[in-house]
Amino acid sequence: MSDAVAIGAPAIRREPGKFWIVPPAALLALLFFYPLALIAREAFLDDSGVANPAEIISVLHSRFFLNALINTVTISVSATAGCLIVGLVLALILAFVPFPGSGFIARLIDTFIALPTFLVTLAFTFLYGSAGMLNASLMETFSLPLPPVDFLYSTWGVVLAEVTVYTPFILRPLLAAFSLVDRGQIEAASVLGARPFRIVRQVILPAAIPALIAGGSLCLLLTVNEFGIVLFIGAKGVITLPLLIYGKAIQESAYQVACIIAVVNIALSLGLFGLYRFAAGRLGV
Amino acid sequence: MSAVAFTGTSVMDIDAAKIRGAGSNVHFDKVSVAYGSHVVLHPLTLDIAPGEILAMIGPSGSGKTTALRAVAGFVRPASGRIRIGATDVTDLPPYERGLGMVVQNYALFPHMRVEDNVAFGLRAQGADKALIGERVKDALATVGMATFARRYPRELSGGQQQRVAIARALAVRPRVLLLDEPLSALDAQIRRNMVEEIARLHRSLPGLTILYVTHDQTEALTLADKIAIMRDGRVCSHGPTTELYRRPPNRFTAEFLGRANLLPVTVAEAVGSKGFATARHGDVVLTGAGRDEEAGDKSLLCIRPQHLSLTAGGEHTNRIVGTLREVHWQGELTHLVLDVDGTPVRVSATKLPVELPEPGAKVPLFFAPADTSLLPEDAGV
Repeated sequence: MSDAVAIGAPAIRREPGKFWIVPPAALLALLFFYPLALIAREAFLDDSGVANPAEIISVLHSRFFLNALINTVTISVSATAGCLIVGLVLALILAFVPFPGSGFIARLIDTFIALPTFLVTLAFTFLYGSAGMLNASLMETFSLPLPPVDFLYSTWGVVLAEVTVYTPFILRPLLAAFSLVDRGQIEAASVLGARPFRIVRQVILPAAIPALIAGGSLCLLLTVNEFGIVLFIGAKGVITLPLLIYGKAIQESAYQVACIIAVVNIALSLGLFGLYRFAAGRLGV
Repeated sequence: MSAVAFTGTSVMDIDAAKIRGAGSNVHFDKVSVAYGSHVVLHPLTLDIAPGEILAMIGPSGSGKTTALRAVAGFVRPASGRIRIGATDVTDLPPYERGLGMVVQNYALFPHMRVEDNVAFGLRAQGADKALIGERVKDALATVGMATFARRYPRELSGGQQQRVAIARALAVRPRVLLLDEPLSALDAQIRRNMVEEIARLHRSLPGLTILYVTHDQTEALTLADKIAIMRDGRVCSHGPTTELYRRPPNRFTAEFLGRANLLPVTVAEAVGSKGFATARHGDVVLTGAGRDEEAGDKSLLCIRPQHLSLTAGGEHTNRIVGTLREVHWQGELTHLVLDVDGTPVRVSATKLPVELPEPGAKVPLFFAPADTSLLPEDAGV
């Protein structure tokens, strides 16, 4: 009888935690999705709420947009490649070449992550700017009328600054990956006759591929959206998508154009982020 | 397992021929290793003959792995020289020493298939493709892993991975094979089988010199032609395996290499022409194999547990009496622990009397003089 009662009237299962989804979801909607939706609306609809494909096509075919897109891709790909190369070399030295103070150096490089991005640019201005230390020294030494070094105010100046700022984002996961490489494998390879370069290429790097892909994807994502460094350097003609959005929205008050470009920027970022997550997931990072 | 039949010619073969010509003996000439002011290997002078298996055995921190790593080139000696054959390798990097090495955790390259792992050293040394294919096949056949060539290390058991690691080391035809606790990560049954397989492998490659570092006395006793027992960075004894086991030169060797009962005795009559001395343990007069003991010397009489019998007869002319304390039955063997005038004495017996005495009973023990060894009481090292 009691069994029958128990079957006929199951206890009500309470899920006390299920309402906790509401506050964060509401906050996300208010602070993130709603503004995104506003941007998307502004991009695709005109003032009367009607879709305006002609304006979108016009912006996407414009010279300024294509230049900004090319600059963005060029700078981010170059900077990411630079970060990968510099980060890999630094990580190999820090992880496998024993020298006193290597841990301190690794932590020092780490602190770059904590600094605002424009700070490096400011330092670069003091070092390599028109009136910076390098140019002043060269002008004085060789009695030159004009500053001989002016790469800072070019695409490559931006790339160098981004490489300096974002290399720690590659270095950190690489050092973590290298710390997991079995030293026995390196020693076995060495005893078998492999020289250091072969060991790096065939033993160490395969173990670091997940870290390289994850760090590289993150670096690409961050450099695509980099605003402060590009703005601070103020290189003539070096306009990236974030800078173009800023210019159109703030300086020209062309909000619809800014929003169309912003949507492209968001799509690019989300695509790269998806790639990063996919790579990280596949490689178990 | 079949023997390796390497054929073909390449630069590597010429090198290998040079190496064989140069010999494969290893010579430590007063080699010491220190980390800062901490000496981990005191000046070591030792020879490993071509084709010999030398087992270095000792407790953790005794310096045995350091000695092996010095041969491999991973540890720079603070003093002394290391020669392999006629070549002084002290200043050579590991990749120029012509060695093979197998370590405890296998150290296989996880992203490479078994065949690529085995081919790694040959490729690194610039061997041609045909030769690599041939040697990989032969090396894998040698260790019974030919059918696993396309697998990744993660798809193999621990024992199989260790076989691949051995094949990888053998494929380069090293002049010396370094084995650093190669079986420690395996379970007991697989370890026993692997010891037998390594012994078979060495019989099929009699010219291969092996330096085998282990803390497992059974592995050392089974495999080694000679054993060096290490303690606190020094070799405390070195010699042919059977000799070292039967006639340990000191207490540490006696106790580290198998179990040993050490009865304190006083030499009554010096060693005679037959190599035996008489010694007194309390009121009991015993005969033991000696070296150069003189009457009145304080000594220890070493008797292995399996050489003690509960029954008299044959050559068992020595007799002591102990009080039975414990009996441990372990299937094939029964271990008895007795108290002989305050000295614990262990007996390992395959056959016991039908009626086993109860703990507390007085039990006579018999043993042959030839199964004993006198060693100096103060030789603690």
